[in-house]
Amino acid sequence: MNLTLYVWRQKDAEDKGSLEKYDARDINHHMSFLEMLDVVNEGLIQEGVDPIAFDHDCREGICGMCSLMINGRAHGPEKATTVCQLHMRHFKDGDTIYIEPWRAKAFPVTKDLIVDRSAFDRVMQAGGFVSVNTGGAPDANALPIPKANADVAFDAAACIGCGACVASCKNASAMLFVSAKVSQFALLPQGHAERKQRVEKMIAQMDEEGFGNCTNYYECEAACPKEISVRFIAKMNREYLMATIAK
Amino acid sequence: MTTSQASVSFTTASVGKKVLMAITGICLIGFLIVHLIGNLQLFIGQEQLNKYAETLQSLGGLKWGFRLFMLVLAVIHVWKGVVLWLENRRARPIGYHREDTVQASLSSRTMIYTGLLIFAFVVYHLLHFTLIVTNPEYAQLKDSVGRVDVYSMVITGFSNYAIAIAYLIAMFLLAYHLSHASESFFQTMGWANDKYLPKLKILSNLFAIVIFIGYASMPIAVLLNIVKLPGGGN
Repeated sequence: MNLTLYVWRQKDAEDKGSLEKYDARDINHHMSFLEMLDVVNEGLIQEGVDPIAFDHDCREGICGMCSLMINGRAHGPEKATTVCQLHMRHFKDGDTIYIEPWRAKAFPVTKDLIVDRSAFDRVMQAGGFVSVNTGGAPDANALPIPKANADVAFDAAACIGCGACVASCKNASAMLFVSAKVSQFALLPQGHAERKQRVEKMIAQMDEEGFGNCTNYYECEAACPKEISVRFIAKMNREYLMATIAK
Repeated sequence: MTTSQASVSFTTASVGKKVLMAITGICLIGFLIVHLIGNLQLFIGQEQLNKYAETLQSLGGLKWGFRLFMLVLAVIHVWKGVVLWLENRRARPIGYHREDTVQASLSSRTMIYTGLLIFAFVVYHLLHFTLIVTNPEYAQLKDSVGRVDVYSMVITGFSNYAIAIAYLIAMFLLAYHLSHASESFFQTMGWANDKYLPKLKILSNLFAIVIFIGYASMPIAVLLNIVKLPGGGN
């Protein structure tokens, strides 16, 4: 199959950047979207053109590195799929595809399609942890946790921190990411002790990074490759209100 | 950038602002319900509506306290709404060339526009029926017992096609705003989950429809001559 690509090219963080047109020729239906870009890049290298820079790592859909806005959708048109797991069979011969980086003030573009997502790391540093004394590993099952709680905590912990929620949100809000992280700790006994400070600090850091506010569009939920539910945003709101009232 | 140690105050934090929007919003919704029940007395007749209006006017200090409370609620709701909107625009200084929408409803994406238009309508509505500035001739209307004739004022007002249509459009915008607003309230307050959220969405839409039908029934009834001026004229 042959495709026409419009790809965002930007030399570095200071460059203004622009959409450039490329032809992707003889693409195999079985290729992943990233493999298709690899083929395009091979051609660019042979022509002596700087290849398209994009983030990727595991290519198994679990690391959260790949981050492309494809035809206006974070991670492309398929539900619950990262770009690396998106296959070219979902496109048709002759399609035109727009490929853009995540767009948010808190996620500055560093080169082409790569954005700096350290803002998420700083949100995690603010409270996304459980403080424990070092020592021997505790016995498994020493701390009983109801199955239902463990399941919900795991649903939240499935977040891979890719940032698709921010990219797809019309407000560039990070509420789905932060709420998943707040919830996974709040739902487990290990996270209980610090739950009040955690939610306050993580939200304060989220605001400081310049993410937008949540207006309940739920567009994040639709874009999330791990199908994190917006119920966790409600959970975080509740955690935050409880922490505020407790003060 | 380092991680912040100091916690931000509630009213400026993102979630705090949302909660302020939700609480002021639900109070305004409460007013809409009370106001609708009061106004629907139009269908009972002149005596009932004018008596009700006179009772409200006779409350004195309580009336002014209530008006002040509603004003404060409305100002907070509009002000925080505009602040949130501006912040959200700043959060994405460079937009997408191609942008798709999967499940964000049109009503959720137009809250700021429907909201500001409703605010403009409320200003007109107050000037029209409450302060009687735009149509000063209403002030002359008195019923047979000498009370302010709210009944005739409403019918005279809605007999004007332009005014009636403006009210109908405003009520549609209000209902559209509410269809996202009432559901949003529960999500923001943290009282929604996977089980309730789909039901809340349906209830929110139903509530918006009820509010629209309720308020729109009055100008429509006047236009269709279902409620008439005392003495049969219109």
